[in-house]
Amino acid sequence: MNIDWDFIIRSLPLYADAVWITLHLAFWGILISLAIGLVCSAILYFKVRGLSKVVKVYVEISRNTPLLIQIFFLYFGFPKLGITLSASTCAIIGLSFLGGSYMCEAFRSGIESVSKSQIESGLSIGLSNTQLARYVVIPQAFSVSLPSLGANCIFLLKETSILGAISILDVMNVTKDLIGMYYKTFESLLMLVVVYVIMLLPLSILLTWLEKRVRYAEFGN
Amino acid sequence: MQNLGINAIFQGRNFQRLFEGLLITMEISFVSIVIATLLGILIGLSRTTKNKPLLLINRLYLEFFRIIPTLVWLFVFYFGVTTALNVDLSGLSVAIIVFSLWGAAEMGDIVRGALQSLPQHQTESGMALGLNHWQLYLYVLIPQAVRRTLPGTINLATRMIKTTSLVVLIGVIDVVKIGQQIIETSRFEFPTASFWVYGFIFVLYFIICYPLSILSDKLEMKWNN
Amino acid sequence: MKNKNDITLLKISDLHKEFDHKEILKGVSFELHRGEVLVILGPSGCGKSTLLRCINGLEKIQAGDIIFNDASLTQDNTNWPDIRGKIGMVFQNYDLFPHMTVIDNILLGPLKVQKREKNEALEQAEDLLARVGLLDRKDAFPRQLSGGQKQRIAIVRALCMNPEIILFDEVTASLDPEVVREVLDVILGLAKQGMTMVIVTHEMGFARSVADRIIFMDEGNICEIAEPDVFFTNPQTERAQHFLNIFQY
Repeated sequence: MNIDWDFIIRSLPLYADAVWITLHLAFWGILISLAIGLVCSAILYFKVRGLSKVVKVYVEISRNTPLLIQIFFLYFGFPKLGITLSASTCAIIGLSFLGGSYMCEAFRSGIESVSKSQIESGLSIGLSNTQLARYVVIPQAFSVSLPSLGANCIFLLKETSILGAISILDVMNVTKDLIGMYYKTFESLLMLVVVYVIMLLPLSILLTWLEKRVRYAEFGN
Repeated sequence: MQNLGINAIFQGRNFQRLFEGLLITMEISFVSIVIATLLGILIGLSRTTKNKPLLLINRLYLEFFRIIPTLVWLFVFYFGVTTALNVDLSGLSVAIIVFSLWGAAEMGDIVRGALQSLPQHQTESGMALGLNHWQLYLYVLIPQAVRRTLPGTINLATRMIKTTSLVVLIGVIDVVKIGQQIIETSRFEFPTASFWVYGFIFVLYFIICYPLSILSDKLEMKWNN
Repeated sequence: MKNKNDITLLKISDLHKEFDHKEILKGVSFELHRGEVLVILGPSGCGKSTLLRCINGLEKIQAGDIIFNDASLTQDNTNWPDIRGKIGMVFQNYDLFPHMTVIDNILLGPLKVQKREKNEALEQAEDLLARVGLLDRKDAFPRQLSGGQKQRIAIVRALCMNPEIILFDEVTASLDPEVVREVLDVILGLAKQGMTMVIVTHEMGFARSVADRIIFMDEGNICEIAEPDVFFTNPQTERAQHFLNIFQY
């Protein structure tokens, strides 16, 4: 098996640019997802009338439709309504739309994991609702949510692989172009896999480590 | 009303073609899910072994399919494996292979998790009654493990169905591809077709996945009680 | 017989509480005087825990009144955080906050709710911890403590708020038998110091020695109120007799 290392080295800058674009989009997608998730979980927790229903519908729609269709709809469909969005914007909106519901679920399960008796215990020493949230609920909810939140971040980063379908110059498109232009199939695919492993493996290890830390803090084992 | 984009869907044989495409999508999903389940059960059972190298291979297999996005695997198999092995595989076949492998990896983990979550005393009670190794599995452990795998399995199936939307990117003529063809040919008559067609496909996926989601939620709630 | 103030701290009048259309408390009335220890006994489901939870506002009542220090607690504008600083409660499952150390658990109320000076509160907290013999564990996390230790910390946490009344809801029911004694000893110590308490318990021997009066409840009603010696040797009602028989072998 002869690997054309020269080709690989020459294509590195292309991949580097593509990775940068991918990470940039993933970053914003994740950030906005977290914000959406936080707001939605608060709405569900406080059972805000009307809005709770909207959030539930949102979660179901976003959970049950593929990201690809969501961004096709945004990128190809919306211009027909007169709303033209750049590919990057569609990408970020799509990721946030999808990610928001997953983050909402993660926050919600964290909040619900704080037992009623903890809340009563807090009330019994005279904590107000705000103090209860700040000192009792949120710290405990956060450590329960953290693994899911982390897994969601990894999930969103993986989902960026489809963004090439709306002409974003990401790693997939670079690979396709290189294969198409130079027929260096093996080298290109090798780079493709390596690039994703480099992007995701550290995150995955970090997440596992974080989970262990958090579990130790909560349960001591 | 005449040139309303949504009519593009009902023009000529478009509606039928969309459903034919949907059939392809469902075929990929269904075949992959079945293979993945069968393989996955075997893999899951094999995780209970004490054989270190086997466990390692198992673990690597799972991690590889978890870390690397499904689309990348589709590319690798479609462009790479076909070139390397000099085989001409259709996008459809590649899709089924990749999805089955991915599904089996995840399914294996679900099965392993279910088996490990069974309380120790179930095994001990069974043994105290005098059941041997096989009877223990058949009558006590497996029935209970199956219950515990159901929500995860349905959840996996839903994810697999959603991910089949990607096969259009390796040239498979599925519902998305047909949708794109319809949009192309309707360019003049129904300029707003893309909105309606993609919207329609969006709704189609929702109609398929939503019942599964609800089923999975219900089962999970029932089991947690 | 202890020398008691005759100041009525708490007056419960005809309390009615229902849950899921089922009436749990069917008109409960009694008075609590300063420095007095009331022990509530009764079979499971008689409503004794519910009664306690109504007193500190964790449960809402449907009818009747709770008067604390001459103010009614059943008004809509009752400032519960404030009241709960004065009526403390200790639960069966201790419910310490797992993410905080022992000392932080104890200081949360005094510092954030009562807005006291850190040094002053810390001094009191450490003093109380020393009195229950757990000062050396002040920087530990709840998961590192035994059930009995956690329960004693829970009592300290309630005490550090300087309450006028403390409610105890079956606080030894979840503990291993060996550690029950260490917790009950703490409560006995508080009684000697004149703390006003309402205690729900199944520990008969303890009830007999700590109580000034026994309230016996059954099916949401108070059947008997008597001094412990009288109650245990000569119960007046049939239901009380039946109940006490359960504990004889």
